[in-house]
Amino acid sequence: MATVFESVGKRTIEHLDYVGSLNIQLWSTLRAIKSALPLVGNRYRWQATVRQMLQIGYDALPMVSLMALCTGFILALQGASELRRFGALHYVIDLVAVGFTRELGPLLTAIAVSGRSGSAFAAEIGTMKVTEELDSLRVMALEPIEFVLAPKYLAALISIPCLTIVSNCFGIAAGGLFMFFSTRLAPLLYFRYVLESIALHDVITGLIKSVAFATIIAHVGCLEGFRVRGGPDSVGRSTTNAVVKSTFLVIVADAIFTAIFYFTGAH
Amino acid sequence: MPMISIRDLVVEYEGRRVLDKLNLDIEAGETMVLLGGSGSGKSTLLRHIIGLERPKSGSVIVKGVDITNCSPSELKNVRHSIGVAFQSAALFNSLTVEDNVALPLREHTALAPSIIDLMVWMKLAVVGLADFGKLHPQELSGGMKKRGAVARALALDPEILVLDEPSAGLDPIVAAELDELILLLKQTFHMTVVVVTHEMASAFRIADRIAMLHQGSFRSVGTGEEIKASQDPRVRQFLDRVPEEIAKAPSVAAHFEKYMQRKEAF
Repeated sequence: MATVFESVGKRTIEHLDYVGSLNIQLWSTLRAIKSALPLVGNRYRWQATVRQMLQIGYDALPMVSLMALCTGFILALQGASELRRFGALHYVIDLVAVGFTRELGPLLTAIAVSGRSGSAFAAEIGTMKVTEELDSLRVMALEPIEFVLAPKYLAALISIPCLTIVSNCFGIAAGGLFMFFSTRLAPLLYFRYVLESIALHDVITGLIKSVAFATIIAHVGCLEGFRVRGGPDSVGRSTTNAVVKSTFLVIVADAIFTAIFYFTGAH
Repeated sequence: MPMISIRDLVVEYEGRRVLDKLNLDIEAGETMVLLGGSGSGKSTLLRHIIGLERPKSGSVIVKGVDITNCSPSELKNVRHSIGVAFQSAALFNSLTVEDNVALPLREHTALAPSIIDLMVWMKLAVVGLADFGKLHPQELSGGMKKRGAVARALALDPEILVLDEPSAGLDPIVAAELDELILLLKQTFHMTVVVVTHEMASAFRIADRIAMLHQGSFRSVGTGEEIKASQDPRVRQFLDRVPEEIAKAPSVAAHFEKYMQRKEAF
């Protein structure tokens, strides 16, 4: 019995330690992020931020677009098969438009970026740790949080909401394709119905979620990198952990935000 | 006042004592070699000298500042006067050699880019890499990487140069070239140099004084001649390359006998 309590206690302390480390890292990064801003910050840090934005955002565009296109099409098909029975096929437009702007756009993008960039952050920082590059930054009086993490976080904060908007557009466009082929609804008319069905707060709540997801992905990925101990096998483990933990936390955060928006009447 | 002063330094990892009440003074302009076998604690001592780790007790005073118990800004100031070349070179693979050397200059000075380019070229020329600045670290040989790391360590003209195993993994000719480079740097820039190594030939060539570490304690500290003349059994063992008795015959025989008994029982 004592062993069970010991085990539960140990795991609880480990989880609390992890959450505490994430919080400390977040506050340290928020204090350092000014250095990565254009004009007021360090020129080289902003250049690093732009490079990261291209890697997180631009390079992920084809994958995110295709994922959104497929998911939009699936959502429209599944919705139509049920709604058709009630003669309410036109509600597919609402389902796809509202579903994507509020929920699927931010979530799909976050899962794609978590797999691509969250793992890359962990691998990059973990390798820097194993090869003593982080130590060499410290002895050069440069803080790894400011030098490595701040550009990545700022880039994620800008890129992920932008990717989310792209994802929304492609998801909604897939719904338009379905409506055109199934009911011959003209694309322009479809987009007019889409604009009627979504409100500004739907877009805003989706973007708020995507900012939260960006924070989770950047910080979990980087923290896993900083926690690497030992050799290359540890880098591999941290990469896997980064994807698993960030995806899990993104879904938990999504549930919390959705509940908050629902009960506060934002939806 | 010594440039670096180590007082009663105790380091423990998970209850295991790695450094045991070390005391050492390194004078300005001196080349101090920390010599010792694998696991003797020399790299751990080095990490404390450059402020990467905090000890259990004791102090490391660099230029009058106790870096084990100072504010982050004080530690930052001290670090501006220390240049470090790590064992693995630790050059940033995503940057060219030039950019690696330019990094501390760009971050800590307000020099114009053209002046930084000139300074980078000078530092690379000192270590014989002037023609290799455009390459990435992964395109360099082991010896060139280490020289690149020395060039980066020299970027801010530090008063203290710290080198971790500079000749490890290098062929004797390249290792000797690095020794000559260290001597040249000391003569030209009058730096305080701290070198961690287990290469005896290199240690005796470059050292003003040698501190011999064994199991976390200094067994002997003195000039090269004093170390060579030392009668301390551990120092003699290291100098005369006497192996440890890893597998004692009686214990091996007992183990084998036990194994045979177990086999017979089955």
